Amino acid sequence: MPDMAWRSATEIAASVTVGTATARAVVEAALNRIAARDGKLNAFTEVTADRARARAAAIDAEHAAGNPLGPLAGVPFAVKNLFDVEGLPTRAGSAINRERAPATHDAVLITRLERAGAVLVGALNMGEYAYDFTGENGHDGASRNPHDTARMTGGSSGGSGAAVAGGLVPLSLGSDTNGSIRVPASLCGLFGLKPTFGRLPRTGSFPFVSSLDHLGALARTVGDLATAYDAMQGHDAEDPFCAQRLEDPVSDVLDLGISGLRIAQAGGYFRTGLMPEAVHAVRHISDALKVSREVELPAVGRARAAAYLITAAEGAALHLPRLRERAADFDPEVRDRLIAGAMIPAAMMIQAQKFRRWYQQAVLRLFEEVDAIIAPATPCSAPSLGQKTFMLNGEELAVRANLGLFTQPISFIGLPVVAVPVATQVAGPMPIGVQIIAPPWREDIALRIARHLEVTGAAFARRPGAG
Amino acid sequence: MACRENDVLMPGERLMNDADLDAYIDASAVVLGLSIAPEWRAAVRANLAITFRLGAVVAAFELPDEAEPAPVFTA
Repeated sequence: MPDMAWRSATEIAASVTVGTATARAVVEAALNRIAARDGKLNAFTEVTADRARARAAAIDAEHAAGNPLGPLAGVPFAVKNLFDVEGLPTRAGSAINRERAPATHDAVLITRLERAGAVLVGALNMGEYAYDFTGENGHDGASRNPHDTARMTGGSSGGSGAAVAGGLVPLSLGSDTNGSIRVPASLCGLFGLKPTFGRLPRTGSFPFVSSLDHLGALARTVGDLATAYDAMQGHDAEDPFCAQRLEDPVSDVLDLGISGLRIAQAGGYFRTGLMPEAVHAVRHISDALKVSREVELPAVGRARAAAYLITAAEGAALHLPRLRERAADFDPEVRDRLIAGAMIPAAMMIQAQKFRRWYQQAVLRLFEEVDAIIAPATPCSAPSLGQKTFMLNGEELAVRANLGLFTQPISFIGLPVVAVPVATQVAGPMPIGVQIIAPPWREDIALRIARHLEVTGAAFARRPGAG
Repeated sequence: MACRENDVLMPGERLMNDADLDAYIDASAVVLGLSIAPEWRAAVRANLAITFRLGAVVAAFELPDEAEPAPVFTA
């Protein structure tokens, strides 16, 4: 069996569909990689081997019977452990939730991916209750960056980044409330899609901040991201925030190119607080796209502040019963912020929600003149595990709160974003990402630009150790 | 009043120092039914100070009375 660690999901599905590989062999190889390498990466918290083998056998039986297979036939994938997986307690990175009854159903997005032929192989490490940008976890240990296991993956979808960048699976699901897909995509060197708020149903996932939570995917190619995204689209009435929209498939429009698209670079706030590798990464993508225009998002610092307040207040309200009964069982890094969040006056929270609408309208006006905006994804490449602070603009700031400086003001108003990995070594030995931001419901634009960057070699998920 | 590094400037130009924050934490903990272990207090206070500083940033942005909040948010 050749090493399939770096094969894309679409390549795997093609070989299973034509019969040059069996789903069982693909899944067994993935399980073997997990067994061999996850001890170093700490990406997985549960491996669903029996279920995966049964599912793979069913796909091979379908193939043998001559039945058509889905676009993700035989593709192993894994999910952040806040997704419900039938038979497992949904731990959401916590110790407390491990005492919950096992989930009786899979999350809707798992069901949809498996309907397309994908095979769930396990659940992934994450920052406790998703209140995290580092990928560290006081209960399960940190997920480790495959490019340097002494460094952070970023979080909170840390295992989702480590599993895909480490070649364990080609596709993972994560959640993004303030940047939790885009930050690990940047630090692990992957493509990450955070769709428009309300695009993908969150049914069967453990919440954090209902008015900000998004679900999405991480992959090593834009084609994989688009194929998975198309398989997951569609309304679900169980998530009241899920928009009642027709599906907008993107796979067929990926290769339309960028001709005619008006692309600008975000200035002002997004040009400050960057370490040299982030400056280089944005310039690299800007040059590749021949961007000559800059736009300034209004009051971005306030947007970030308002997102912080809403997150802290809503997150605290969600967890208040657990904070009352068993605060000592939380990860201290999470508990102390949640307790402070519970004490936010209501007027402060409502002002943040009022500002949110003002800011949304102001940013939407910018999109009358441009079709996409590029901005840094993180202020730096991966910090060291355990690192508490870094220096930005001459100021010592907390890593945990500030890795999301540039993602938080974008998810705050639900805009779709693809994080693209910068391929050049000039940015430094560690990967780093750039955000491609599009207007609401125009994931197609962000993915087309990402595809153009991939095809031209400007963005590329580098294999760890490949130099 | 002189502003020390750890003080938090609240709306109305009033300052909260550590003792003010501790008093607020103690009163809020009663309202919320929370118990705060002594060894957690410094981190809770530091987080509350950050939260209030950011709250003041948002509060300083003037919006008309007619501004609608976005708690049920549609992109």
